[in-house]
Amino acid sequence: MNRIVAKEEFSRDPAVYMMQIEAPLIAKKARGGQFIVLRINEQGERIPLTIADTDLEKGLVTIVFQVVGKSTAALGQLEVGEEILDFIGPLGKPTHMDNYGTVLCVAGGIGIAPVHNIVRELKKHGNKVITIMGARTKELLFWEDKMRALSDEVYVTTDDGSYGRHGLVTAVEQELLEKDRDQGDINLVIGIGPPIMMKFVAKTSEPFGVKTLVSLNPIMVDATGMCGACRVTVGGKTRFVCVDGPEFDGHQVDFDELFTRQRIYPEQEKLSMELFRQQQACGCGCGCDQGEAS
Amino acid sequence: MSADKKQKIPRQPMPEQEPKVRARNFDEVPFGYSPETAMLEASRCLQCKKPKCVEGCPVNVKIPEFIGLIAEGDFVGAARKLKETNALPAVCGRVCPQETQCEAKCVVGKKGEPVAIGRLERFAADYERDHDAVTKPAMAPSTGKKVAIVGSGPAGLTCAGDLIKLGHEVTVFEALHKPGGVLVYGIPEFRLPKAIVQAEVDYLKSLGVKVELDFVVGMLDTVDELLAKYDAVFIGTGAGLPVFMNIPGENLNGVYSANEYLTRSNLMKAYLFPEYDTPIVKGKKVAVFGGGNVAMDASRTALRLGAEHSYIVYRRSEAEMPARNEEIHHAVEEGVELVLLANPVRIVGNDEGWVSGVECVRMELGEPDESGRRRPVPVEGSEFILEVDTVVVAIGNGPNPLVPNTTPGLELTRWGNIKADEETGQTSREGVFAGGDIVTGAATVIMAMGAGKKAAVAIHEYLQDK
Repeated sequence: MNRIVAKEEFSRDPAVYMMQIEAPLIAKKARGGQFIVLRINEQGERIPLTIADTDLEKGLVTIVFQVVGKSTAALGQLEVGEEILDFIGPLGKPTHMDNYGTVLCVAGGIGIAPVHNIVRELKKHGNKVITIMGARTKELLFWEDKMRALSDEVYVTTDDGSYGRHGLVTAVEQELLEKDRDQGDINLVIGIGPPIMMKFVAKTSEPFGVKTLVSLNPIMVDATGMCGACRVTVGGKTRFVCVDGPEFDGHQVDFDELFTRQRIYPEQEKLSMELFRQQQACGCGCGCDQGEAS
Repeated sequence: MSADKKQKIPRQPMPEQEPKVRARNFDEVPFGYSPETAMLEASRCLQCKKPKCVEGCPVNVKIPEFIGLIAEGDFVGAARKLKETNALPAVCGRVCPQETQCEAKCVVGKKGEPVAIGRLERFAADYERDHDAVTKPAMAPSTGKKVAIVGSGPAGLTCAGDLIKLGHEVTVFEALHKPGGVLVYGIPEFRLPKAIVQAEVDYLKSLGVKVELDFVVGMLDTVDELLAKYDAVFIGTGAGLPVFMNIPGENLNGVYSANEYLTRSNLMKAYLFPEYDTPIVKGKKVAVFGGGNVAMDASRTALRLGAEHSYIVYRRSEAEMPARNEEIHHAVEEGVELVLLANPVRIVGNDEGWVSGVECVRMELGEPDESGRRRPVPVEGSEFILEVDTVVVAIGNGPNPLVPNTTPGLELTRWGNIKADEETGQTSREGVFAGGDIVTGAATVIMAMGAGKKAAVAIHEYLQDK
């Protein structure tokens, strides 16, 4: 169950991995925009990750994740053939699919992965899809070929100018929306990436009055609506991202509250990571300083 | 022994950890009876011909019979007698409100204190388990019928246990990674050790019950898809939707629903962080809103996580608290401070978005309301600030909408609970039964078990006609 059948290191610093997991029941049900929750081992926490792709025939679910703490670091160390203890999903509401006309998809960093899944479904529904994909630097970009194969137009940006256009995804978004102002072809913007990027994707589209969906990634525990850890304020109302989302109207989301709520456990996260590194360093996994590693 | 002599024996207390000690550890509070004490307590039972206590039990445990066996020293026999009607005696002996059920009806209690039925139940079940004396009961031959149970809480497990004994094939679907529902995510270790829940589930598995973990019904298979593979479906998904106060500041950092606070601590073992990866805010001054058993569990958990002050903020007086007296008593003994006749109106935060206090208004009791309890009325201008760094909202739970929302044609109440017949659990959909908190709203473990039991009878009948 939940065996890792493929793994690829997308970048080293920061470490970003792609994994394909054998989970046929989830692969059969998952739609664009949904997520899974996984737990690596008995001591592990439950972490949510957006579904990047599914392979119905082989029964596979693809996840792409960046190492940001102990759980993702430990996940990144699992190899092909190993199993993930718990792999739960699909969770959350799928992206509402329709023929919107033209959809502008804005993907940042590892947000490229879930956007890919959504672009594929948007195309199935007859949409014209323009994709902007951006990352801090060239090394952090992935799946450009996949995106080009699916999207009608693709724009690539890097913050440092090492590849594609020099600058932020929102600069291209601004230009495209301005260009489209008279035609009004773009009826939907979907922005997925780091929370700060999503905030500005929404800010950029707001004056144009184009509906904008963002996919939120707050702290979760059960992810089935039971605990309320993931609550966010949308349009002045408290919503649970796990069951009411993860996608919301970006013009209504209280992003500042979201940022604050993502920083509930910084000290614990740091301690977890330090202990993990110590255990790694000792070589025997116990955290002693007798190991062979330097 | 004559009835007179029996009445001279006092109700036997159950030894427990010292309050100051236990308030800082997660080990179970009571130690349980010794065999000698159990036999002495059991000898207090009058063995009534028409036992009132059984009427007071939602699953009609054969109380005089099992107590009689304990009095004779046949502890394993007592446990088996219990299990004839109750699939989870070790759990019920610990968390049932006996004082309002079986023990409230006990004839011995009319003049003195009732027989300690709950403590005896716990003793017999623990004795059987600790002595590896658990055996399989008589099983009916296979019927070839298949039943899907949604949710592995008290309702689902009871229903599963009864149906498997009747010869049906039973699969329990659980959304979380551990079976037990509220018994593992909600009730703390110090009140119900998780090893006991696991043992009860293992027992059901040994009878042939299949348990599918990490299976979110509604998101993977829906109830309709289950109906295509199974002959009947029982929904026991519980009250898994936290209710908040809807007051300003509830989304500040350091504010938890009781569900989240307890799930982190119990299910995810955050109290063992960093050995376990899930963190929890270990507040120094914690305010828990509410006066029920869940509020007691949360405030006692806060103490064990290292709180210097753990407050219960409740808008009525202690007499109106819905929690069991024993729970309130345990909490206060351990150092939980009751802030009564106070209603939170606003949670105050600091510049970093963290809780720094709770603004409450003093209340006074007015005329009785529809629940018969005196309605609390705010005292104008009596606002005060309680300085805290953590808040736990424990004012109740609603029905989790995941299954109702993905099951077309399933009739709901206006609160979102599933409409089901009280006696049979039959819903508006053929072959679909429901019971426990998803039907009644948040209630007790034993009420849910009673509903699971009734539904098992009804499902059995339904399957025979089918």
